[in-house]
Amino acid sequence: MLYFSRWKVTTILLTIFVALVVLIPNYLTSDQIKTYWPSWLPGRQVVLGLDLQGGVYLLYQVDVNDYKQKRLKALEGDIRQAMRDEPRIGYTGLGIQGDVVQLKIRDADKVEEAAKRLGNLLNPLSTGALGGAAVTEFQFDQGSDGLMRLGFSEAGLDKRLGTVVQQSIEVIRRRVDQMGAVEPSIQRQGSDRILVEAPGEKDPARLKNIIGRTAQMTFHLVDLNVSADEAAKGNLPPGEMLLKQKEAGGMPMVVDETPLMTGEDLTDAQTSFQSQTNEPVVSFRLSTSGARKFAQVTSDNVGRLFAIVLDDEIISAPRINEPITQGSGQISGNFSVETANDLAVLLRAGALPAKLSVAEERTVGPGLGADSIAAGERAALIGTVAVVIFMLAAYGLFGVFANIALVVNLILIMAIITILQATLTLPGIAGIVLTMGMAVDSNVLIYERIREEQRLGRSPVSAIDAGFRRAFGTILDANITTLIAAIVLFQMGSGPVKGFAVTHVIGIVTTMFTAITFTRLVVATWVRYRRPSVVPL
Amino acid sequence: MRLLRLFPDDTKIPFMKWRKWSFLISGIASVVCFVVLYTHGMNTGIDFQGGTLMEIQTKSGPADLEAIRNQLNGLGLGEVQVQSFGAEDDVLIRIARQEGGDEAQTAVVGKVQAALGDKVDYRRTEMVGPRVSGELAQNGILGIISALGLIMVYVWFRFEWQYSLGAVIATLHDVVLTIGFFAITQVEFNLSSIAAILTIVGYSLNDTVVVYDRIREMRRKYKRLNLVVLLDLAINQTLTRTTNTALTTLIALSALVIFGGEVIRSFTASMLFGVLIGTYSSIFIAAPILIFLDPQLAGDKSAKKVEDDGDEAAEPA
Repeated sequence: MLYFSRWKVTTILLTIFVALVVLIPNYLTSDQIKTYWPSWLPGRQVVLGLDLQGGVYLLYQVDVNDYKQKRLKALEGDIRQAMRDEPRIGYTGLGIQGDVVQLKIRDADKVEEAAKRLGNLLNPLSTGALGGAAVTEFQFDQGSDGLMRLGFSEAGLDKRLGTVVQQSIEVIRRRVDQMGAVEPSIQRQGSDRILVEAPGEKDPARLKNIIGRTAQMTFHLVDLNVSADEAAKGNLPPGEMLLKQKEAGGMPMVVDETPLMTGEDLTDAQTSFQSQTNEPVVSFRLSTSGARKFAQVTSDNVGRLFAIVLDDEIISAPRINEPITQGSGQISGNFSVETANDLAVLLRAGALPAKLSVAEERTVGPGLGADSIAAGERAALIGTVAVVIFMLAAYGLFGVFANIALVVNLILIMAIITILQATLTLPGIAGIVLTMGMAVDSNVLIYERIREEQRLGRSPVSAIDAGFRRAFGTILDANITTLIAAIVLFQMGSGPVKGFAVTHVIGIVTTMFTAITFTRLVVATWVRYRRPSVVPL
Repeated sequence: MRLLRLFPDDTKIPFMKWRKWSFLISGIASVVCFVVLYTHGMNTGIDFQGGTLMEIQTKSGPADLEAIRNQLNGLGLGEVQVQSFGAEDDVLIRIARQEGGDEAQTAVVGKVQAALGDKVDYRRTEMVGPRVSGELAQNGILGIISALGLIMVYVWFRFEWQYSLGAVIATLHDVVLTIGFFAITQVEFNLSSIAAILTIVGYSLNDTVVVYDRIREMRRKYKRLNLVVLLDLAINQTLTRTTNTALTTLIALSALVIFGGEVIRSFTASMLFGVLIGTYSSIFIAAPILIFLDPQLAGDKSAKKVEDDGDEAAEPA
């Protein structure tokens, strides 16, 4: 066990050297790395977790129910349209019942024709041409006496949700890019969740406000013939709805249910200032078809109010003074420069296909992050020094060897974290400190074994040799059991806990490496040059 | 230089003689833990309950907890806990899960910030919705069970089933007592507590495996030795190692508890407790339980393997 071939010694020393080189960029500023650090060398720095540098962790959940309701409502409209086509098919009781749209065909001999028309509304999502079964978004079953029920097909809903999540991620990315402040990571999690992590973000409330808004913008004509009070009592004319205003103390207004236009007709939105009042406004530009539609509507309704609605809230309701034909306009709504900017960003990036709700949120301010780094560093330093002193007291010269191994271990852990770009969190630092405490276990096992062997009358070389050999199996078994627990933790953990698992796992691996190779090399070298008559343990 | 030795060489401490006491004490302790857990429950944090947690720091002078409490109670957010957190200008606010779904839940942070205004620095906000919290709890329990299962398989593979069962019983004992620690001290039980328990599982097994390793080695050497004598011998021989490793680990953990900051204190404090218990259980539970599991470790394959395993067993003792 005490013989090392030359290439083994080279490999061990080279590993440590490489680790040291990898660590250097951590002590440079990013400018220094750019200017002085050779580009062919790894220039990565340790990635600090949200809890250390501050930032936001946001887990969004697609509101499946909201999405379903929206789709069912659209389906209901389509069904109404389909039955109205010539020749008309009479029906009763069209409506949404839980997760299905149902209706009853009046005429028994028109049921077949109705079923055919409904069959066209199932919305095929994949044809099944490539071997898989054909998937449609909806499926329908036909009851007795002309009752028809259309609901989601399971595979279809899954597929649609997948698309919704994908589209949402794209929209969020566009929004955040346009905000221009941070570089968050945006990932899909599970089937219906989106994880946004923004390290270093200083204004989490604004980020949340930008990401979480559905930002569905619509224009509706206002009906001034019905007062809001009356409508609230239930006298709402069919095809109209009651919406609250953002300003004017939240006074509701009655508006047409069908929008004149939607945010999809917009091609651009920018912040500008109204010429007379110098108030921040959002000016928008319409697509060609949108401009045509808008020109038509405004010339038909001169003198009426139209409501600009964002996520079911009326931002403003200006009067149409003259036909607007140039395909652009302004939205005013008592904005500050920042809220106007944010609305412009939202309009440019487009609406989310479904409502998102926050399922989990963790925010750490930069102050706490800095305090945590300081606390972690202090604990690590004091813990390591205390362990070093204990090892010196307990094992003397061999304690020195163990302590050198400890430092090498620390270097390796930090180097691996840097190379893998694993995230270092406060529990992660705790994991490193814990590893410092547990790492000497291998040395303790070996040294105690050497002592025993020596007391049984072995020569120093023989005792050391036997000590390493016999402790080896124990070290392996003991560390692998610890490793299993740590890997399970890594698998199930998220955020800071995962950070702990990462450093713990890395620590266990480097500990085995240093105990089996480095400590042995140091002790072997000492034996070769000193030729001791007694092992000082 | 004289080296620090906590125990003289060749200790002959009759650990096995005390096994009735240690089983009794551990049994009572476990029952107490279950009773307290049942009567008082754990102080589960928002990770598993859902709700909102905010850490704030006053910008001028020590925080007036009473004033903050009154202010927040006026918001109608249900149960609000306000407590000092480490320093006297540091305050931890916990608000129970809101009725009315995700939206009501998300609104909490904004309401609190509106109420407390700019006088304080918002150091940390955490909000966990009801659905996520349920999943986190489930994952945590699943994690501990699967870790125990996997380790049981590994120890079974490397040793015999008696060792495997003994190791798992000893580890379960540590898990139960650590959970009891949370129930009795009412230290917040959150995601990092699960991490602490898994770390304790790892450490305790590490310790147990070292003792078992020595027991197995001794059994190969002295095939006719009485098991009780043999267990005592094995524990005494590994005693210095057990205590030294426990000490270095405890030293490192103490540094974390004292200097590592308030945020991870429940994590580090529970690990400190767990390492103590884990060390105790390796000696006083894991080893003596072998006597009960099978007096002669019948069918010990390693014992029969002696003939062809020359190197390990044939060397003179």
